[in-house]
Amino acid sequence: MNAMNWLVVYPEALLLFSACVVALVDLYVTDERRRATFWLTQLSFAAVAALHWTFYDGGHTLYGMQKMVVADPMGHLLAFFATLAMMITVAYSQAYIGSRELQKGEFYTLSMFVLLGISVMVAANNFLMVYLGLELMSLSLYALVALRRDSGVATEAAMKYFVLGAMASGFLLYGMSMMYGATRSLEINEVFNAIGTGRINPTVLTFGVVFMVAGLAFKLGAVPFHMWVPDVYHGAPTAVTLLIGGAPKLAAFAITIRLLVEGMLGLAVDWQQMLVVLAVSSLVVGNLAAIAQTNLKRMLAYSTISQMGFMLLGLTAGVVGGNTLSAGNAYSSAMFYMVTYVLTTLGTFGLIMFLSRQGFESDEISDLAGLAKRSPWVAGVMSIFMFSLAGVPPMVGFYAKLAILQALVTTNVPAYVVLAVIAVVLSLIGAYYYLRVVKVMYFDEPANAMPPVQQGMGISALLAANGLAVLVFGLLPGGLMAMCRDAILKALAT
Amino acid sequence: MGLLSVSIWLPILFGCLLLALGRDDNPGMARWLALIGAIVSFAVTIPLITGFNLGTAAWQFEENKLWIERFNVFYHLGVDGISVWFVLLTAFITVVVVIAGWEVIKVRVHQYMGAFLILSGLMVGVFAAVDGLLFYVFFEATLIPMYIIIGVWGGPRRVYAAFKFFLYTLAGSLLMLVALIYLYYKSGGSFDINTWHKLPLGLPAQTLLFFAFFAAFSVKVPMWPVHTWLPDAHVEAPTGGSVVLAAIMLKLGAYGFLRFSMPIAPDASHQYAWFIIALSLIAVVYIGLVALVQQDMKKLVAYSSIAHMGFVTLGFFIFSEMGISGGLVQMISHGFVSGAMFLAIGVLYDRVHSRDIAAYGGVVNTMPKFAAFALFFTMANCGLPGTGGFVGEWMVILGTVKTSFWLAAVAATALIFGAAYSLWMYKRVYFGAVANDHVRDLTDINAREFLVMAVLAIATLWMGVYPKPFTDVMHTSVDALIKHTSVSKLK
Repeated sequence: MNAMNWLVVYPEALLLFSACVVALVDLYVTDERRRATFWLTQLSFAAVAALHWTFYDGGHTLYGMQKMVVADPMGHLLAFFATLAMMITVAYSQAYIGSRELQKGEFYTLSMFVLLGISVMVAANNFLMVYLGLELMSLSLYALVALRRDSGVATEAAMKYFVLGAMASGFLLYGMSMMYGATRSLEINEVFNAIGTGRINPTVLTFGVVFMVAGLAFKLGAVPFHMWVPDVYHGAPTAVTLLIGGAPKLAAFAITIRLLVEGMLGLAVDWQQMLVVLAVSSLVVGNLAAIAQTNLKRMLAYSTISQMGFMLLGLTAGVVGGNTLSAGNAYSSAMFYMVTYVLTTLGTFGLIMFLSRQGFESDEISDLAGLAKRSPWVAGVMSIFMFSLAGVPPMVGFYAKLAILQALVTTNVPAYVVLAVIAVVLSLIGAYYYLRVVKVMYFDEPANAMPPVQQGMGISALLAANGLAVLVFGLLPGGLMAMCRDAILKALAT
Repeated sequence: MGLLSVSIWLPILFGCLLLALGRDDNPGMARWLALIGAIVSFAVTIPLITGFNLGTAAWQFEENKLWIERFNVFYHLGVDGISVWFVLLTAFITVVVVIAGWEVIKVRVHQYMGAFLILSGLMVGVFAAVDGLLFYVFFEATLIPMYIIIGVWGGPRRVYAAFKFFLYTLAGSLLMLVALIYLYYKSGGSFDINTWHKLPLGLPAQTLLFFAFFAAFSVKVPMWPVHTWLPDAHVEAPTGGSVVLAAIMLKLGAYGFLRFSMPIAPDASHQYAWFIIALSLIAVVYIGLVALVQQDMKKLVAYSSIAHMGFVTLGFFIFSEMGISGGLVQMISHGFVSGAMFLAIGVLYDRVHSRDIAAYGGVVNTMPKFAAFALFFTMANCGLPGTGGFVGEWMVILGTVKTSFWLAAVAATALIFGAAYSLWMYKRVYFGAVANDHVRDLTDINAREFLVMAVLAIATLWMGVYPKPFTDVMHTSVDALIKHTSVSKLK
């Protein structure tokens, strides 16, 4: 049991190795041939994704590195999706950074380290591993936000992100140290068992939970720890916004499950209450603030806040009256929500980059005016994303919301049914600003100065495939839902 | 693949083809492709009625496949006597809309036609769904094409109208979604409507469910006082959009009452029938009066639609066979008549670009053929015997008399108001001396417009003279529904 079991960390080892290779190779690549770095990165991602998929397919739960890491289906599935998300992100970004002289090797190397951080977080079985992965990911992201170093907005966003992010990491670490003090262990399973004995000082535990939830809420961008989200989404180059808004969300979800559910399910009564407050305030603030935005990236930032609030609702319905019967249902709904949300987000920001060019960011909502006339395909794909985020069937976003609502209502506790109604009412408000984007694209006349969209076939095809995926998963959501449920059930069983 | 699946997916397929292949510089191709698509889609629905078994209230042409395993959702389709005619009506109206938009729509023709074909398939899906979630998916999905249709090809205030339409309907249906999930939970994890029909429920639960469904369906019908989106949507929508809205989309709500509210919550339906009846009568009388003072032709017909739909809900909630069948007949005939009324306004608007009643006068002098059709449909709209409009209203009033004479007396005033606003509008627009140069320059309807009007006129006349095929198909299912709702679900 205490063996190193190297097999478990094969994907991470491969990723670390190829990140170093990419960094080295890039030293000898001239600017004109930077595409080589791009393809090398994509190749490594593809290999890592294949490894994760193979392990996920195996369906086993293994521990490795002296039980520091765990390889279970949930971890591998999330890591697989994160890797896929990273591949798509890098593919969308390539033209964008290329035209802005940001196409340095750093972008690729740092992306790989972001993914490495994500993988470590997802596979963590120890508080320190969670923290290690989190810092690896966050530090790489801070650097990426500041990648356009001559831009004041980007630098400001990076500073804000760094300062607030460091504080959140501090919260998390402080909470972990309290848990360690109370339970004498950093290992997630042992913390779980220690809490289960019921002989731990509850005050220390509660404080520990509060600090950890605050740290997690920051990483997820839930109100009132959301202040960084709009500024960073807005200020960062769109490619980096996508890097932040995509794969890392899966990691944040994974550590939330690892810490709160696998480690502290015994304290669910405490953290569920906190999550309810976080979720409802995120839904309120996110949806209302998004209405007032004129900048598309800022609007999507607030929309992210509200979407995270919706997802968190799913995590609140796991333990009802001390009974964990509905846990699998609730957490798998949240996971499905997260995965489909990331899929949609990738497309949305990918599309903003697709429309932008040197000197024109295309990140104001009004920049989309009359898009349906200039390029009907792109407008169609964007409306699929918007309707999906608004939760209109038959897009996949509807089933994600349905799953969460179903998890809430089937608890048969009036308070949860009230939560479901609140969520429904607020998503109605949310529908307004998503619809407004469709309105701008379809109903408004294009401004004269708008040049026609010109981008490579490859990216167009990828965008179309992304939009189609949102639609197809909406028509046939069964498979993905079943995958999420199996993964969560196996994670809960251990 | 069953007949119903084909009826749903064939128009959607054609719609997607149109979106994919259409070019702005080649509208002719889009028009013909759309026409072929609409006609073929209509043709495949005809066997539904010719092969319909009158003797049973069970689902026919049933298809049942597991769709989403996680929630036990089935791709379960079927029609009974209540829904089968609406499948045909939807496909038929789509043909009419395609022809009506032939030369009128000049920009982005392929998108316009594609949106209508996709919408048609989705609406057939609503009528054919036997699974609660499947129903909801189709019901909601119809909002997307309609939102685009109003917003892109609509009038000056199209954006406002499109948003109002979307958000009003979404607000109602989200409450229904919570109700559906609650039923899913109560029935032990099933979205099957048959299971829900048999599910015993206490009165508090039934009441909540009843009002959740009421929220969704009353907005769609629309019933007073949540009707205000409809005049805006109608006025701003292009002619085709108005036709589909009035002829089919409103019926989705009324259909929902029969499929969900009444059988799932029969006790609450009986208990709150007075509430629905009261709202229906307000719609019939008050909205009738509102229609009287409209200056805008489209608005007038929109208000008249609300008043007519008041008859439908009134008929449903008196719980008699006559009333429910009457309501259903009224829904179908209103589909023909209101569709034709909006088309007639469209014909005038295309020539003069005004919908104001005051902008016209003496049209009969310059457009005699058209005026004849318009007179016919105006008469049908106020319920002249011999037209489809009469049969439904008469059946509803007859059913209501058995319940209460005074209710029937109030409802019958609608015939007076209906005649008043319809005929007064007709008089101001068509009769009298030629009012201005615009009217003098009018050219009579062309062959295409004649064809559309004639087809609708034949259908209206057929319903008025020989409604038996319609009522026969409904009879068994309506009977079964009444039997079902008369049994209390309370212990």
